[in-house]
Amino acid sequence: MTIKETPQACPAKEHPPACTTPASADPAASAPKTSRRDFLKAGGMLSLSSLMGTAALMTQSDDAEAAAEWGEHFQKNYRLMTDAEKAEARLRLERRYSQEYGKQVTVDTTDAQPGVLMGYALNIRKCIGCRRCVHACVAENNQSRGTRPGEKIEWIQVLRMERGEFSKDKMGHGYPEGLGIQVGGNAYTPAGQVLEGQYHYAPEAVPEKDATYMPIACMQCEKPPCVKVCPVRTTYREADGPVVIDYNWCIGCRMCMGACPYWARRINLTTPVLPKEEMNPVTHYLGNRPRMRGVVEKCHWCLQRTRHGRYPACVEVCPVGARKFGNLLDPESEVSKILERKNVFRLKAELNTFPKFFYFYD
Amino acid sequence: MQQLISFTSDYTRYVLKGGTKFYAWMGSLAVLIIGMMYVFYLQNTEGLIVTGMTSQIHDGLYFANLVFLVGVAAGAVTIVFPAYVYHHEGMHKVTVLGEMLAISAVIMVTMFVFAHMGRPDRLWHMLPLIGIYNFPHSMLGWDVLVLTGYLILNAICGFYYLWVKYTGGEINKKFFMPLVYISIVWALSIHTVTAFLISTMPARPMWFHSMMPIRFIATAFAAGPCLIILAFLVIRNNTRFWVDDSAIKLLTTIVTWCLGIALFLTMSEIVVELYARTEHANGLYYLMFGLHGLTNLVPWFWGAVILMVVSFVLFLIPSIRNNFKLLPIPCTMAFAGIWIEKGMGLIVPGFIPTPIGEVTEYYPTFVEWLLTLGIWAFGFFILTILLKGAIGILQGEIKYGAAK
Repeated sequence: MTIKETPQACPAKEHPPACTTPASADPAASAPKTSRRDFLKAGGMLSLSSLMGTAALMTQSDDAEAAAEWGEHFQKNYRLMTDAEKAEARLRLERRYSQEYGKQVTVDTTDAQPGVLMGYALNIRKCIGCRRCVHACVAENNQSRGTRPGEKIEWIQVLRMERGEFSKDKMGHGYPEGLGIQVGGNAYTPAGQVLEGQYHYAPEAVPEKDATYMPIACMQCEKPPCVKVCPVRTTYREADGPVVIDYNWCIGCRMCMGACPYWARRINLTTPVLPKEEMNPVTHYLGNRPRMRGVVEKCHWCLQRTRHGRYPACVEVCPVGARKFGNLLDPESEVSKILERKNVFRLKAELNTFPKFFYFYD
Repeated sequence: MQQLISFTSDYTRYVLKGGTKFYAWMGSLAVLIIGMMYVFYLQNTEGLIVTGMTSQIHDGLYFANLVFLVGVAAGAVTIVFPAYVYHHEGMHKVTVLGEMLAISAVIMVTMFVFAHMGRPDRLWHMLPLIGIYNFPHSMLGWDVLVLTGYLILNAICGFYYLWVKYTGGEINKKFFMPLVYISIVWALSIHTVTAFLISTMPARPMWFHSMMPIRFIATAFAAGPCLIILAFLVIRNNTRFWVDDSAIKLLTTIVTWCLGIALFLTMSEIVVELYARTEHANGLYYLMFGLHGLTNLVPWFWGAVILMVVSFVLFLIPSIRNNFKLLPIPCTMAFAGIWIEKGMGLIVPGFIPTPIGEVTEYYPTFVEWLLTLGIWAFGFFILTILLKGAIGILQGEIKYGAAK
């Protein structure tokens, strides 16, 4: 466990450039660049204050951690906090995370902006199954990286589907099993099932000849079943669309995970494994701040980015431009144009969850 | 006040006294309880990773036992109902024992809730006023409400009755009877709501059908009385308290027909699901035959079917049903069968395959088994104390002023 270690001296100056570069050899490095630029800009101002801050943290050492933990035990649900309480919680978390991860961590509390309804569209014809979105998401959103089963969390899955499933040589295979009486050729094919973790496929090159891909993640439903079942209202729909979780209020009952028809939610079975150098210090309270043991997490459309006019990490990293993100209330936005002109569908539309995540094809 | 203090002290003193058998029983339960405490500590420092649960299958043994024990708690109504609605003599004598069983079952349910939660330290977030209670939207909120209410109702009814017996007064019917009738209806509500808890999720097609509540109640009214019959036979053999034959026979009849209905409902589900065999039947198919080569639960399912069918047949044979030496056999079989069917056999396949079609399996770990066993041990610990005290009072061995 790297997380509980005592803070290192002078972390804020040393780490940011290294940590904002993702560990994976990701060719699309636009995301890290922006945050690096932000960092360098802020660096001048920060250098002095961060030194002072580090000194202060060092003298207090474990007190900050203990105080944060104590305060967190009794804080209210985020939505009920006054602005002053939010500021207090934010400060508490920033100090705690800065100490834990040895770098200056910011916890954004920007609210939803009026006139914005976030929407997402994905061109399934373009997706080549490179899974860069998955890795960028993990790097951006501080997911657990562990190796033990249950320690590794990914919010996006790219489902790989056999292209030749309906080819001529496969006719006559598959069903009927056992008692089947049908003779001659048939067009049975296996139902769409995968074994555990098959979406962690690692081909030598993408796109593979015999496969098509279907990326999924949280659909940010307009009528989210997960929100309805939550006994403590810790998960809710924000005014600009995304369904978020107050990690400090979640009791870990996992009802939301049962209710989600898209398997978008993950439980932190243990304290997330988040190496210091890989931790993304630009966080949002309802978004990618480090989670704790025993709470549920999921995609939130990178609130720490999108509330400041940037694209989610997966959109930014997609090398083929299959992922589109924008404001559904703005008729000129890319997403609105796609919804207007393309062949669009929602996944499992029959469940009436009304996702704001749309699939389309040219 | 004086009476209350002497009630408490008399009750405690009576309950603590016992023979070697009693201490051996309580001692072995205590060992399991200590083991349970240790693994609970482990689970809350390491996290749920010490269990077999994953993000795919995130409700396991704990949730299964929780669901089952709600049924056992509701099963107590099979004593209360005949006693107060049909004025059944033999039942009336033992009503309070049923209420004691309900109390211990609800306590076990609460403990399984704690075991199940990822953050039990935050349970207060659910309490009205200091936390947020997502009412009326959250089915879990309803469940907590009805379970708490049931616990309170049974505690009041049971202990008020014992208190009156202890002090030698008269039961205030204006106060007591309405509570009894409410508790009868309430017993149905706890299991109905627990069924709604899982059957209101279209994301889980295996559970998403309206037969769930009636199936829950049918199995509850089979499993609950089975445990009660076993407890009654133990009481008859080990204490001076005599449970009438008529009470046990009525319970046997209830078990038989509820078990029959439960089997019928299981058969209906299998026919409906497997006749069309859509993808929504995959959960049931996994349970019955395995899916994608994974067959972990298949022996559980067929074990449960065999236990339930054989015990049903045994219950139908009068020479076994009315022979109190043999009766424990079908009772145990039915209880175990329903425990599997409504526990592991219902909860786990709901997650297989996952909503995105992922087939995985669930292996409960040692931690989970020990914690589960420990909670059951704790439940039996409480049940023994409650039954012993209640019997002492019913027998007149604890009486106000008698100790002096």
